[in-house]
Formats: sequence, C-alpha cells, structure tokens
Amino acid sequence: MWSELVGANHSLLHYSGHSPLHRAPSHWKIVATVAFVIAVVATPTGIFWPYAGYLAVLAAATFIARIPPAYLARRLVVEVPVVVFAAWLPFISTGERVTLLGLSVSREGLLAAGALLAKATLGVLAALLLAATTDIRDLLAGLTRLRLPGPLVEIMGFMARYVEVILGDLARMRISLVARGFNPRSPRHWPVVAQSLGALFVRSYERGERVHVAMLSRGYASSFGPGSSPR
Amino acid sequence: MSTPILDVRGLAYAYPDGHQALFGVDLHVHQGERVALLGPNGAGKTTLVLHLNGILGAAAGSGSSAGTVAISGMPVTRATLPDVRRRVGVVFQDPDDQLFMPTVRDDVAFGPRNLGLRGDALTDRIDAALAKVGMTPYADRPPHHLSFGQRRRVAIATVLAMEPEILVLDEPSSNLDPAARRELAELLVELDLTLLMVTHDLPYALQLCERSVILSDGVIAADGPTLEVLGDQALMASHRLELPFGFDPAHTARSAHSDRSLGHQ
Repeated sequence: MWSELVGANHSLLHYSGHSPLHRAPSHWKIVATVAFVIAVVATPTGIFWPYAGYLAVLAAATFIARIPPAYLARRLVVEVPVVVFAAWLPFISTGERVTLLGLSVSREGLLAAGALLAKATLGVLAALLLAATTDIRDLLAGLTRLRLPGPLVEIMGFMARYVEVILGDLARMRISLVARGFNPRSPRHWPVVAQSLGALFVRSYERGERVHVAMLSRGYASSFGPGSSPR
Repeated sequence: MSTPILDVRGLAYAYPDGHQALFGVDLHVHQGERVALLGPNGAGKTTLVLHLNGILGAAAGSGSSAGTVAISGMPVTRATLPDVRRRVGVVFQDPDDQLFMPTVRDDVAFGPRNLGLRGDALTDRIDAALAKVGMTPYADRPPHHLSFGQRRRVAIATVLAMEPEILVLDEPSSNLDPAARRELAELLVELDLTLLMVTHDLPYALQLCERSVILSDGVIAADGPTLEVLGDQALMASHRLELPFGFDPAHTARSAHSDRSLGHQ
C-alpha cells in the first residue's frame, strides 16, 4: 500500500483539468465547500428529502469539473471509520424496536445511522471535489486570501511539501524490512511496525530541525512577531 | 592585505552536552578565493560551517564558545545576524532540507523576501538566481519532482538570490552522478564567487579550489595549495584522508594545465 501511495508521484487527490471549476478562484471554492458542508450538517435528523438536493448539487459540480465519478468513489475509502461507527448505531441505540432483515434494531438508531452516513458521504464528496479541482498551492493561496493566520498556512505548506519525502522514507524502510524477511501479515512482526513508525517519527523530527537551520540561514526570524513572518 | 571576507580567530566550541567539537580554529578566506575544507568525518567541519552564519556560537547563545568570527570585518553577533546571513550563503548537503516551499520559485523567493524585498525587485532577484544555475524553466515545479542534481542547483539558487559575499557548500558533489557532478563544477566556476567548499571528494577539491585546508580534531591541521596538500602522503594519512584508487593529483594537475580550461573536458 505504501509503495502504491509513493508510486502515485503526483498528487493523490488532485485531478488535473481545465474545467470552469478548476479555473474558479480557489477562495470561492473553499467558501462554497464550507457553506455546503455546514448546510448538510445542519439538516435536522428525520428529514431526508434535502439530501437528494445536495447530491444533485454535487453531481452537477462533478459533471462540470469533468471528473469521472469512479475517481471520487474510490477515494471515499477515507469514510470507512464513520461507516463502521454508523453500522453499530441501530444495535446499540435504545427506543422503539423494528425488525429489519430478521434482526431487531432500534428505529431511532436506524434513522441516526442513515443521517450520519448521508451527511458524512456528502461532506467527504464535497471535500474530495474541492481537492480534485484545486491544486494544493492554489488551496494555500486561497486560504491566505481568506485571511487564515500565516503560521497555519505555513504549517499546511510544509505538510504538502514533505508528505512525499516522508512517504519515501517510509517506503524505503518497508523495503529494507521486507528484504530482511519481514512479513507484514504476521502478528508476530507487528511490534516491528510500531518500532519503524517510531524511527520514522525521529527521522522526521530531525529533518524538521535541519529544515529550521536552513530557514534561519536564509534570514528567517525565528520568533513570531511583527515582521517575522516570511509572507 | 585587504580585509578577509571570512576571518575566524581562535574559534573553540563545545555543544551543550559537553562534547567539544572545535579547539581553536584560525581561518581566513579572501575575496575571490576558492577554498576546500577537507577533513575526516567528525572533524568538526559542519560545526565550523554553522558558526560562519551564526547558527551556532556566541551569537546563538547555545553551548560554550571562545574566539571570534568576522565577515568582511563585521563581527558575528546577535545584532549583526541578519546581515551576516545575507553575506554568508550556506548550501546544505541534502537539498530536501533546504527546499521547503511548494515550488522552486517560492523557495528561491524565501531568502530575499526575508531581506525585505518585494515586487519587481524580488522577481528580478529570483529570475537572476535561477538563470545563473540554469533552472529558469523549472520555476513553477514543486522541488520534489526534480532530479537530485536539479534540486542541488535550485538549493544553490536559493542562496544566490540573497547575493552573498561568500558561498559555503557542504558536500556539493555528494549523491550526484558523474555528469551532474561535472555540470555543477562548471557552474561553480562560472559563478565567480568566493567559495568555501566542505568535501570528501578530493579530485573535486583539486579541480575547483586552488587552496585547501584540513580540519582535523577541531583544529586546522594544514593550509596550502591543494596540489601540495593532496600530494603530502604523510599528512593525508595522518588525517584519514585518502585519494580514490588510481588518482594521481600531480598527473591530473599537469594534464589540466595543458588543457587550460575546465569547460573543455
């Protein structure tokens, strides 16, 4: 899995194109996405008709952006933890019981699970659509235009810059483990995974220190204060 | 003689954990010189480099130090740090440490922007620095999509953009393939800047630097013309410095002399 992530040399999420949605100013897209997600989350439980409208909006946007729906669908895997949690709800909730497929489940839990799934899916789809149509640099520029504090944008910029470096470190560590007989499927070897993650953390921390020295060397003022921000 | 660009006197330094790395270093580098700083691993080369722009030492206030560092006659103190860091351009060994912005252009802009440059002045600096290292077509690429040699050239551009008086390079030829190594040598000669180059690559030192300095156990153990330093077998052996198999400095110097110029190899 790691090597696949690293193998995708370019962005994992961005789908390059020249549609009107790709060309739209990034700060508008960020505002639109946030507004959409707030509307979705604020929909009262038990009312289901607005979800069709939300889905139609997303479908239209996906069509305009000329992004294959399968591309977004595959990336919905990030939602899995929410799905697992939602699947529990009908069984652990209290209240009136109904029978579904031969199982006795809570009616309230079923509704809550349905609403949770719908909201999470719509929210994730909207975020994926934003990421697919907006290059990470434009996204950062958009956040700056929206007056997000400079240090926060900088931190996100570092994340974008170093995620591939760190994934590369991880892939090399994995290869060296496998080359020495490591089997990721064997539970006996799982402690090694924890140790490698620890080593990766230390490596990344040390890299952070070297990057900081490189920044200082080019005149970066280390303390936060007026005029010290590089932007 | 004129004021040296780099004037290190009696520099001693111990890290906060008590490990002493430098025991009284004296080093002068004058305008237009290209000097190789040689020495075995653990000799204190990187520690010395980090003193030249005040990352370590009295100005930084960590560890305990003695002696002075002056850049063009200006002592390195807390007050002069911003000026010192403009005048001393340090290129680190791993370009991934040096290139931390999302694109090449942003990264080259980082230094001059810290100097307060904006608008056209900033753009001119960036364009000039990228042109000097031949990386203009890559300005809008993310650094991690470049080859290692290209990243090293961009790392040099990020420092050139600050128009330093002296360029300090830490292992510039490491991890480069032979073609990229040669191209970098040509580039460094063309830059026509005062240069201090930390390296294990002794043929590279001979090719680029007329003068070499050996740093060993925290002191300067030798300082002279590169050909003489590399040719002194007893000196080299006593500081764990070895020439690559089959490399004869005297022979190479003769053939380079008859060839005259590095650009026509």
